[in-house]
Amino acid sequence: MRTFLTVFFKEILDNIRDRRTLTSALIMGPIFGPVLFAFVINMSIDRALDDAENMMELPVIGEQHAPNLMRFLESRNIDIIAGPAEPDGAAEAVKSGAHDVVLVVPAEFGEQLADTIPARVALYSDEANSQGEKEARRARNALQAYNQQLAAIRLSARGINPRVLSPINVDDIDVSTPSGRSAMLLGMMSYFFIFALLMGGMYLAIDTTAGERERGSLEPLLSLPVTRGQLILGKIMAACVFMAASLLLSLLSFYVVLKFMPLEKLGMTPNFGLPVVAAAFFLLLPFILLGASLMTLVASFTKSYKEAQTWLSAVLIAPTLPILIVSILTLRPQLEFMFVPSLSQHLILVDMVKNEPLNGLHIAISVVSTLAIGVLLTWVCARLYRREGLLG
Amino acid sequence: MITVDGIHKSFGKVHAVRGVSFQAPDGKITGLLGPNGAGKSTTLRVLYTVLKPDQGSANIDGADVVKDSLAARKKIGALPHGAGLYPHLSARENIAYYANLCAIDKSEIDDRVASIISLLEIEDFADRRTKGFSQGQRTKVSLARALVHDPQNVILDEPSNGLDVMATRSLRRLILKLKDAGRCVLFSSHVMQEVAALCDDICIIANGQVAIDDSVAGIRERTGEEDLEEAFVTAIKLVGVEE
Repeated sequence: MRTFLTVFFKEILDNIRDRRTLTSALIMGPIFGPVLFAFVINMSIDRALDDAENMMELPVIGEQHAPNLMRFLESRNIDIIAGPAEPDGAAEAVKSGAHDVVLVVPAEFGEQLADTIPARVALYSDEANSQGEKEARRARNALQAYNQQLAAIRLSARGINPRVLSPINVDDIDVSTPSGRSAMLLGMMSYFFIFALLMGGMYLAIDTTAGERERGSLEPLLSLPVTRGQLILGKIMAACVFMAASLLLSLLSFYVVLKFMPLEKLGMTPNFGLPVVAAAFFLLLPFILLGASLMTLVASFTKSYKEAQTWLSAVLIAPTLPILIVSILTLRPQLEFMFVPSLSQHLILVDMVKNEPLNGLHIAISVVSTLAIGVLLTWVCARLYRREGLLG
Repeated sequence: MITVDGIHKSFGKVHAVRGVSFQAPDGKITGLLGPNGAGKSTTLRVLYTVLKPDQGSANIDGADVVKDSLAARKKIGALPHGAGLYPHLSARENIAYYANLCAIDKSEIDDRVASIISLLEIEDFADRRTKGFSQGQRTKVSLARALVHDPQNVILDEPSNGLDVMATRSLRRLILKLKDAGRCVLFSSHVMQEVAALCDDICIIANGQVAIDDSVAGIRERTGEEDLEEAFVTAIKLVGVEE
């Protein structure tokens, strides 16, 4: 017990003084997620506001040929500006990025309209450019509306009720709740927590084998009258402490970020108050042991610090895979998913954020199976720590 | 007292140690001498229990290094080749860490650490973090932490590597002090003069085998060479290693 505690406290002290560990545990993990998240949310909000009719500029070539159309577009908050001087410059202007969209109204537009021949206009856009695609969609929608308006007028003029043109009227009814809508966007949150907690212990896990070996401190350590099981346990537990700190910080930083995000503009009210923060912490706690032992295990097979870092970046990504697959297939929580670490935590967390009733059995299976795998991996680490090959 | 009895050790196809036997008695300094790659480090690593011999056995004061490795480790203080320190801990903390791991009584630790620090004359930098220490400073701290629990048997793998004249001298004085205190000191080197100046017994190994195991005078006599360097060269030829 004393050996374990000695190793444990020494690792804590050693790593608190190590700027690299501290940066990754207390800054990188906890800050990276929320910052990226805030960025993505802000972008979605910007886009949502874009769609709500704010002013958009539309360069037009030949606006003099269609004064009524121009007035209609202006009534839809589209500001008509002069396009490229020569009529053939539209494609070039879009290609070069001078304009995102250019509308060309040919000279014969008025004539064709008068003759009830479909009057042609050309809309130049670059579909590979997402901003251009959005503006083109808006211009197209406006033109479509103008088209329908003209059609309705023509039908009325011929004594036909324009309603014959819409035999079906579809009403969209969205039953999702504000919390539920948040869950879609906040689904990526659980990965950030797992990422942050893994980052917190990464350097400690490497240090246990590859780091000690590279520094030349492993052999003297192993020649001391202590059992290797106690050494590795002390090291893994110290890693767990850093990972728990990292997790707690990232939960709290998310909590703060969400408070300041205007999520209600997106029609979202995530259930992420302090009680959920606490619940999420305890839910993810078993994953810490698993993560620490898994990283220690992977690092123990590597020859050097650098190699360990390379392999551990793969470990950082691994927990995303089940989450990603389930998100793509939009699978609902099922009993068997609860045996899969990272996936079970993700699914339960999403339910928490959605403010849906939690399934006690699911939580129990998630906690117990994740813990069991963690204990097993720790045991394997301890076994491997006895190998001679450890010395490299 | 350290007893080595016919140990063999291979790494893959390399047969590094081929039946090495010798004894390092208490109150004497035993030198393990040999060219680079002779199997000195491998032999010592078996003794401080980080490697297991493929054949043969070794014991420290009767404790077998394989069957009872924990008991064997309790009786030794080891300075592995190129031993490293924890750069974020001070020299004192590095030494105290080992003292704690050696289960020295908590109330005694501060005194023990302080006394080993003064014995090795490292007071000047004892409270600095070891990051950026010179090779000599690192070796002294490594030695201090290896000796903090006052082991009966001391195993040093090329301790004078990278040390300047002053540091080598103080190391020599320390080794002699340990001898006078009745300790068993076993150290390896590839420098004949250094070994000759200190050791009571010299075990010359080459090519993984013991070439000669004798006192300095005995080695001179058996090789018929007055010059120590010539004696060393003649000795290693006995086990079939060309110059």
